[in-house]
Amino acid sequence: MDFIQVDNLVKQYGDSPATVTAVRGISFAMQRGEFISIMGESGSGKSTLLSMMGALNSPTSGKYLVEGIDIYNLGQEERADFRRKSLGFVFQSFHLIPYLTVLENVLLPFAAGKEKRAKKRALAEEALIRVGLAEKGDRLPAQISGGEQERVAIARAIVNHPSILFADEPTGNLDSKTTREIMDLLKHLNEEGMTTLMVTHNPECAYYAGRTLRLSDGFLIEDEDRRREGGNGRSLGEIRARVSRAETLGPFPAVHGRFSRSMPREAEEG
Amino acid sequence: MTLKDVALKNLRRRKTKAAFVFIGLVVGVSSVVAFITLIEALTHDINTKLEQYGANILIVPKTENLSLNYGGMAIGGVMYEMQEIQQKELRKIRTIKNSANVAAVGPMVLGAVEVNGKKVLLAGMDFGEIPQLRPWWIPQGQFPVKEQVLAGSEAARILGLSPGNTVAMNDRTLQVSGILERTGSQDDQILFAPLPTAQSLLGKEGRISMAEVAALCHGCPIEDMVEQISQALPGAQVMAIKQVVKGRMEALDHFRRVAYVLSGIVAFVGGLVVLVTMMGSVRERTAEIGIFRAIGFRKSHIMRIILFEAGIISALAGISGYLLGLGTTKAVLPFFSESQGIAIPVDPALAGGALGLALLLGLLASIYPALLAARMDPQEALRAL
Repeated sequence: MDFIQVDNLVKQYGDSPATVTAVRGISFAMQRGEFISIMGESGSGKSTLLSMMGALNSPTSGKYLVEGIDIYNLGQEERADFRRKSLGFVFQSFHLIPYLTVLENVLLPFAAGKEKRAKKRALAEEALIRVGLAEKGDRLPAQISGGEQERVAIARAIVNHPSILFADEPTGNLDSKTTREIMDLLKHLNEEGMTTLMVTHNPECAYYAGRTLRLSDGFLIEDEDRRREGGNGRSLGEIRARVSRAETLGPFPAVHGRFSRSMPREAEEG
Repeated sequence: MTLKDVALKNLRRRKTKAAFVFIGLVVGVSSVVAFITLIEALTHDINTKLEQYGANILIVPKTENLSLNYGGMAIGGVMYEMQEIQQKELRKIRTIKNSANVAAVGPMVLGAVEVNGKKVLLAGMDFGEIPQLRPWWIPQGQFPVKEQVLAGSEAARILGLSPGNTVAMNDRTLQVSGILERTGSQDDQILFAPLPTAQSLLGKEGRISMAEVAALCHGCPIEDMVEQISQALPGAQVMAIKQVVKGRMEALDHFRRVAYVLSGIVAFVGGLVVLVTMMGSVRERTAEIGIFRAIGFRKSHIMRIILFEAGIISALAGISGYLLGLGTTKAVLPFFSESQGIAIPVDPALAGGALGLALLLGLLASIYPALLAARMDPQEALRAL
């Protein structure tokens, strides 16, 4: 059984005749431990697909199964429980709560749970260590850099050890250096076993994933699988090497305009 | 980190909004407390004053005759046979349900005696009860003890009596202990003696002609007391001195009704302030609520956060509103009453009521905003960013 099964998902907004179809029958399967990036132009339906897979948005039709459970057969409150226990979200704009400290932001998913205070704190501190912010737990979001805020958002997403991590343009607001740090972190988490689904515009970021789904006008137009037998795409070392040589080898393929079907040959080989 | 922690942190951050809700509730609660306390204080004050007007219930023997006497003027001079009540019967008054409200019972025996060749009414009274039944009496001299009389001002003038004189009646000689200052009532025409002296003089031992009752009517309907005394004394006719009783109660009732209506309006407006402010607060927090929902807060969790915030502010507003209400009453009381030093009643029930009212108003007015927040679509809420 596939870990995640997306079956002919369709999402329409608005009433006829002004109906807008954002997602037009997308199907794919995802295995535990996979790292998938979703690419596409603005309006291609990638964020809508992510929100449906994150149980934030109901599809107009189609099925979405996680470990055999039909998520859209669950009630609203059960879906909230599913999000809290099984999913982690990293948003483009970090979406930290400005009046809570870094540690409190990371603790937030536990506020609705019944875990013991000491256990919650231990898990939150562990998450902050994993994202390299152990020393900044008592700062407010406004007192740390954008990259650090993104790390806090990642710590909040992984604090409850979710089954799947969803990231929506996680580096959209970051400079290239910080982008690489964050992508390194996501890749590292994935190598530790975190199933990750990331929406991105950035082909460099997409390169970190073992598989890239390309969307256009609500359709899945390409499913590029770079996984090797028994693995999940390139190792972090290989990716770092490729990224560091990006300037001499030429840029990563553009997402705007026509899609490249794959990485340039020299990049693959280099 | 718990839902309560989130609510408390948010309150600290949005102090202005919290202050608006707080002020709205404090104004509502303190107005209600002030009105109620003012009514209670004034009722108590008026009752205290009216109690000084003396007896407000009369007990007379049942009779088939109609009175030929109006305002102290006797018409036709016909003297009906006087009926009497057994003095020991009066003890039953102390057994009625509202006996705690009976401040004084004044038995009275009446009879005509001849002094210096003139007929005069002799009244035997229990002078121990006079401070309650006739607080306005000012004697020149002393109140009488055994074998003494007190003379009304007119009686003293007509009979030529002054304190220290002796006066002979029914073969007995009594000493004049004092003369009453003019009262403007029938009392001016009468001679007063202690009850046992008068009873023996008139040959009416153990019997009385009438009794007066001073009832403290704070919290007791006088009509009920009249009914209770009538049942205890079936042979007697019991009457309330209605003008006094009814007048004061009606005035207070009008005031009470106006105050309750005003309290209701102010509390309603306070509730509206809470509603509008909480709606604004929820709208301001759309993104935040979206994040909460996205990371798995249930609708009930969102409602609990908002209602907990409202509950905290309401509880503080309830306590503050109660204290402010008492202070307001203290400040405005001199404008409503000329009495000095009226005690402001500190009623634990009212304090509890104020807290309850604040919580009720605050939570009721926050339920709709909390529902709106809980129903927010997380996807839409996040898109609002």
